[in-house]
Amino acid sequence: MSLINFTTREITCKIVYYGPGRSGKTTNLQYVYEKVPEARRGRMVSLATQSDRTLFFDFLPLELGKISGFTTRFQLYTVPGQVYYNATRKLVLQGADGVVFVADSQARQLDENLASLQNLQENLLAQGVDVRTLPIVFQYNKQGLPKELILTADELNEALNFRGVPHIGADALGGTGVFETLKAISEMVLRKLSEAPPG
Amino acid sequence: MSSAFNPRYTFDTFVIGDGNRVAVTAAHAVAEHPGSVHNPLFMHSGTGLGKTHLLMAVGHETLSVDPNRVVHYLTLDDFMEAYRAAESQQLLESFRERYLTSDLVLIDDVQFVARRPEVQDELLRFVADLADAGVQVVLTSDQPPPELSELDDRMLKKIDGGLVVDIAPPNFDNRLAILRQRAYERGAELGAELLAMIAERDTENVRELLGNLNRIIAFQTVSDVPLTLAAGRAVLSGGDADEALALSRSSDVFGSADEFGAFLSGVTAAVTEQVDVWQQNLRDVVDRWSRRGYNTARLERALDGGVAAEAADAVNRYEDAVTELLELQTAVAECNPERAGDPVFRDPERVEEARLVVKRAQEDFEPPPGPSRSFSINTFLRSRSTKMALSAAESVLAAPGTQYNPLVIIGPSGVGKTHLLHGIGRGLELPDRGWIACTSAQVFMDELVTAIDENRVPSWRARYRRASAFLLDNVDLIGGQDRIQEEIFFLFNVLLESERQLVFTSSRRPREIRGLDDRLVSRLEGGLLATLKSPDYELRKMVLTRQFEERITDPVEEAVVDYLADQRAESVRSVLALGQRVITSADARGQTPTLESAKDVVGATALRESAAVARGRPSGVVMSPSGGIETAEKVVWKWPDPVDYIIGEMG
Repeated sequence: MSLINFTTREITCKIVYYGPGRSGKTTNLQYVYEKVPEARRGRMVSLATQSDRTLFFDFLPLELGKISGFTTRFQLYTVPGQVYYNATRKLVLQGADGVVFVADSQARQLDENLASLQNLQENLLAQGVDVRTLPIVFQYNKQGLPKELILTADELNEALNFRGVPHIGADALGGTGVFETLKAISEMVLRKLSEAPPG
Repeated sequence: MSSAFNPRYTFDTFVIGDGNRVAVTAAHAVAEHPGSVHNPLFMHSGTGLGKTHLLMAVGHETLSVDPNRVVHYLTLDDFMEAYRAAESQQLLESFRERYLTSDLVLIDDVQFVARRPEVQDELLRFVADLADAGVQVVLTSDQPPPELSELDDRMLKKIDGGLVVDIAPPNFDNRLAILRQRAYERGAELGAELLAMIAERDTENVRELLGNLNRIIAFQTVSDVPLTLAAGRAVLSGGDADEALALSRSSDVFGSADEFGAFLSGVTAAVTEQVDVWQQNLRDVVDRWSRRGYNTARLERALDGGVAAEAADAVNRYEDAVTELLELQTAVAECNPERAGDPVFRDPERVEEARLVVKRAQEDFEPPPGPSRSFSINTFLRSRSTKMALSAAESVLAAPGTQYNPLVIIGPSGVGKTHLLHGIGRGLELPDRGWIACTSAQVFMDELVTAIDENRVPSWRARYRRASAFLLDNVDLIGGQDRIQEEIFFLFNVLLESERQLVFTSSRRPREIRGLDDRLVSRLEGGLLATLKSPDYELRKMVLTRQFEERITDPVEEAVVDYLADQRAESVRSVLALGQRVITSADARGQTPTLESAKDVVGATALRESAAVARGRPSGVVMSPSGGIETAEKVVWKWPDPVDYIIGEMG
């Protein structure tokens, strides 16, 4: 997809929320949806199972209006976290301008986090995307849970964030860190405009 | 330049957009080559779209190219007021003179002429006179010429003879660029989203756009917090000031939680910082060259490409092409100034085409008439009567353009003025010096008439302005010829300023030439007036000796030469004529000239001259049948009476 189109003067950013099942990706989008003025948001599409698990993906378009003469749109996607939906994840990941890796801070979910992270890298590599250059932000979600159940940001960094990308502690249910994460990934994506040719 | 000029109204502060690019290109062309391209230039647009700005920018640019140029700016009312005042004080000539001696006249708001038909004649004559004299005229109006009801057809025709361009309302990009520039000039720090919001509003007119900006700036000045988008909208919608400021203070950007507002601010900052940085750099380059009227499509493609590295390469290649185009434009202006305004010289994608245009113009360039091969300063005889003029000529050749400029050679007919003029011309010819223009006033006038008929005065003018020296024979013939005097006046100034030699010949002092404009009189009198007198005895003898040596194989007796040299003669030409009659008479008898035969010829000549005088034959400067003024000795004014022939033959 084209990130920036100078002819039509449009900026379109596709951001994919990635992570293991039940890490809070859809919760992030729901919080954003609630906080965005109605005029600025499109309809949130969520294909979920009866047990409220994302079956296919969530999609939330955001119209940020004109910025410096560019009509700016953000498209937020989530991927299904369950291992068996890899084909869907690959599809959603295509053309992503940035990825938010939503990690579950619970200590017992560390393996799932690692597996999902590895899956992300594999899928990106399969699409010929250089992981080192794609804007990625780590969100350590569920930091609001009792401390004995979760890993600290330092511990999660140690375990997951070996590239040292930006990380944000969050509690998506209460909204903590949700916009901070979105802002961080958006700015990273936009700052790459001067470096990257249109996709 | 008029004090009414606004120093801020330059090309640098004029924001280029699709709607005004053509007008800016044309304005640049006339500013750089006033009088050569698009004359008159007529710019029209709705109100508040920058006509006056562009008009004054032409004035500023013209002066920045050459500070010695004279530029006048006036509104139609100024023109009328000045015209009426000059008319009432009978100073119309000096009024006209004031503008005719300038390089550029800018007339604003000519649409009012439609309501004043009595003014049209005067304005038409004024514009026509200026344009004909090579003075660039630029006019502005809030309506295109055909829509100026009541406008005289002749006026329309004159305007159509130049270039008519319109300025369209600015598009979003253009509006945003204007706002950015003005906010910067005002030192106002407004967020990109606020500027974009102002630009998005439907304003047809730059003045209104800037009015909106001013309101935002005013609110921002009294607000203790940065004005938000919502507050800005409220301000522009005519909302209550306190409410708008309260809206800003609430930080409730879109009436929802602050989080989205903070996110949007971050995104805006990132876009401004990143999108704008390289894009704006490139846009600055686009604007810079657009402002100068260049086609920037190539750069705009780089902008659309969205790759910073490629953009840098594109800028380098573009600027190389522009440099070459500037050189090519200068080259073509020297040969054919009408082509200097060709859009090809403003289009870096047509460099190859521009090269061809220059090549063709150089091939087609016809140099001005040069000095005749028949004359040389080395064959000009030095005597008491010629030494002053000859020595001045030698000084001119030693230091052309700096020692005696202009040199005016004065003398009666037939004393060798033309010989000396062409001799100087030949002496000035050096391989690296360029063309020497050397011609007679009559030829010069004829050429101008043809150029006017063929509508190619600028290129004809350029031939002479390009010359490294200008030598004009019989300048006294231009007395009473206003148009040619205008041309010579401007040519004179151009050449003198660049220290190129000017030489004129005349049968009388400039101040004695009837109908010669004062400004030319003062310029000619301001040079060196070198007199060639009627030939003295020594010169007459040298002339005859040389003539006999060249024409007769056997030596002629000294007594014959002495006798003939002793005869009074007003000119070298009459000495030569006498010698020729003696040679012809001797040839008829199959002899070398003798004292007796010389005396017979002299006697018959005297008889013939007295007969001519008795019939009252005119002499000196007379009007030729063609209407020009000719020297009697140089035209067949009247075929000789058969009686003259008979007496001549008998002699």
